[in-house]
Amino acid sequence: MTEQIITHTIKTIPIEHYIYLSAVLFSIGVLGVLIRRNAIIIFMSIELMLNAATLLLTAFSTYRSDAAGQVFVFFIMVVAAAEVAVGLAIIVMIFRNIKTIDINFLNKLKW
Amino acid sequence: MAQYFFYFLAFLAIFSALMVVFSKNPVYSVLFLVMTFFAIAGQYILLNAQFLAVVHIIVYAGAIMVLFLFVVMLLNLNKELEPHKSSILKLAGVIASGILMLTLIGTFKGATDQVVGAGLSDSLTYNNQVGLVKNLGKVLFGDFLLPFEISSVLFLSAMVGVVMLGKKDKAI
Repeated sequence: MTEQIITHTIKTIPIEHYIYLSAVLFSIGVLGVLIRRNAIIIFMSIELMLNAATLLLTAFSTYRSDAAGQVFVFFIMVVAAAEVAVGLAIIVMIFRNIKTIDINFLNKLKW
Repeated sequence: MAQYFFYFLAFLAIFSALMVVFSKNPVYSVLFLVMTFFAIAGQYILLNAQFLAVVHIIVYAGAIMVLFLFVVMLLNLNKELEPHKSSILKLAGVIASGILMLTLIGTFKGATDQVVGAGLSDSLTYNNQVGLVKNLGKVLFGDFLLPFEISSVLFLSAMVGVVMLGKKDKAI
């Protein structure tokens, strides 16, 4: 039953639609990085971009019936989890030191 | 049927992703990001990647977003403290990311026939069980055993780094 539905999905939805969806999600992530000044929102936009990439990897993996792509998505999730833990610790430390997470005040390394 | 489900999930993902970027209150942003993650997990189920769908919900909606929400609450961020960029910079950001989206879509549209379609499985060799736990476990603990073990070292180093960063000491 489930297998029939899945095969039907792959037949009815062309791979291009997944490509377009991932491109739109990735662009929204870039938009968030560009227009927001809150460091946490920028961090969430980066998560959005990672998710767009993993969605496209999974789509290609399923359409080509190759398991390596899905294992790669699993490793991306591992790296994302470690990255979020370290990044949020850095944000908390910044907030403790300068009492804001507005990125315009983080300009000591700016040429 | 599955087609409508795909379009519904795609619409939900794009709408809540836009709300993540445009909502003023950071707590709302976090909650809309959870909604985006659930929509993407739905896409994984539609692609028969059941293992990834479950792991995505557990790791992202369960662990990462709780961490985000915890930090937002800890720093007591709200609408009043939210910094604003000038509207000319916002307009520039919208135009830049729109051009990026057009470039990505245009690139894939041009390359679709030659590159994307070439490697897709035909109906004879196609295996739709590839995303199930049984199959992925065999691949993960066979071909990818060494990267899997190395990722545990990555987690350990991340944990040590977070403890070092979180320790209270003098200002840098």
